[in-house]
Amino acid sequence: MKLVNNALAATALSVAVMQANAADLSVSVEIPELDVAEYHKPYVAVWIEDDSNKVVSNLAVWYDIDMRNAEGEKWLKDMRQWWRRIGRTLEMPIDGVTGATYGPGSYDLEFTMGKAPMSDLQPGDYRLRVEAAREVGGRELLNVPFTWPQQQDITITEQGSSELGAVKLTIKP
Amino acid sequence: MKKTILKPLILGAMVLGSLSAEAHRAWILPQETQLSGEDRWVGFEAAVSNDIFVANYHAGFFGNVEVAQPDGEKGSIENLHTGKYRNVFDVQLEKEGTYKVFTASNGMRAMWQEDGKRRMYPGRGEQYTPEGFAKNVPEKADNLRVMQSSRRMETFVTLGAPNDTALQPTGQGLELVPVTHPNDLYAGEKATFKFLIDGEPAEGAELTAIREGTRYRNQQNEITAVANKKGEVTLTWNGAGRYFIEVEYKDDKAKKPATERTGAYIAVLEVLPD
Repeated sequence: MKLVNNALAATALSVAVMQANAADLSVSVEIPELDVAEYHKPYVAVWIEDDSNKVVSNLAVWYDIDMRNAEGEKWLKDMRQWWRRIGRTLEMPIDGVTGATYGPGSYDLEFTMGKAPMSDLQPGDYRLRVEAAREVGGRELLNVPFTWPQQQDITITEQGSSELGAVKLTIKP
Repeated sequence: MKKTILKPLILGAMVLGSLSAEAHRAWILPQETQLSGEDRWVGFEAAVSNDIFVANYHAGFFGNVEVAQPDGEKGSIENLHTGKYRNVFDVQLEKEGTYKVFTASNGMRAMWQEDGKRRMYPGRGEQYTPEGFAKNVPEKADNLRVMQSSRRMETFVTLGAPNDTALQPTGQGLELVPVTHPNDLYAGEKATFKFLIDGEPAEGAELTAIREGTRYRNQQNEITAVANKKGEVTLTWNGAGRYFIEVEYKDDKAKKPATERTGAYIAVLEVLPD
């Protein structure tokens, strides 16, 4: 997984270097700036389901990983669909998938077919799902349908309306 | 199955003694039903009240609540407190999977006339025992009516992924067998449950489901369904929320000396938004 953001820490960048130029699929997740009295960075999950709603890749989960006694796991279930589809069967944290939460900004994730956490997609119809849940805030789930493989570069964008901004999926053949 | 189901249930509530004299609704309400993390606790409220789920009538007796853990072991309720109108207690979730929090009773009850007076067994506040039944109920009496009755009240909570171990039927009374798991319910999806009476499909069992918040709307908006040959009902929810589920069953296939068999099943189930 490659994660690029202007304000991002060096650790994530070192991961990016290792996998440079090999991305088949990139996802850009925007977390909007919100004018609220009490702001907590949202929990966010990014995953891919096939056309029978089966999770084929659990790509990213951002949650409060630093709390004592894994207390941050208590709210994982607020990402309801993710929790139901895959989260509740997983042992957290997961190397290369889980990470700390992010504040407002746009975050790019890059994945390579067959390289964890991205599975080798069989030709078919899928949907990328991005779910965000915020403490004392709301929840939003965006679905980005796509077909794999593609003949040429394609970018599909879905616009969130509350907890998520733009979610962009770019596929390279 | 006959339609005149209400009367014996009202009487049943009277003789069982743990409920009010009227057919008031009783419920065990979990604060949350699907949990993540480790070593979690869930708080419950339990009460007898027709307002779903507003405790404003009677606290009832819930000291006999049992807990079946995800591995089938017995758990227990903690911190039981009885207030004027409700009970509260906690259950600790240390294991992953589904917990069943319930009360269940099965037995015989009888009504008859003796010297022109109405008699019944078990009496108010009394528990059925085979010995007590043998000692108290005459073999012949005026208007003797013997019923085999069962009553089960339950709710479910799950830590992590749901499982079915705690949901295995006992083969006694009216029971729910999940086709759709009771902790995997979503507003936009249908749910199917199977009901068994003494281990056999409870064909004709009548189900009523009412979503919480009746106080903020003018109608109960209940969902009703009748179990098919397989004992199954399929429900389409009225949106997300916690639902009060009541199922009633009656037939004449009773164990002797009873001539009527009744089963009552009550559950609180939570339906989440999609």
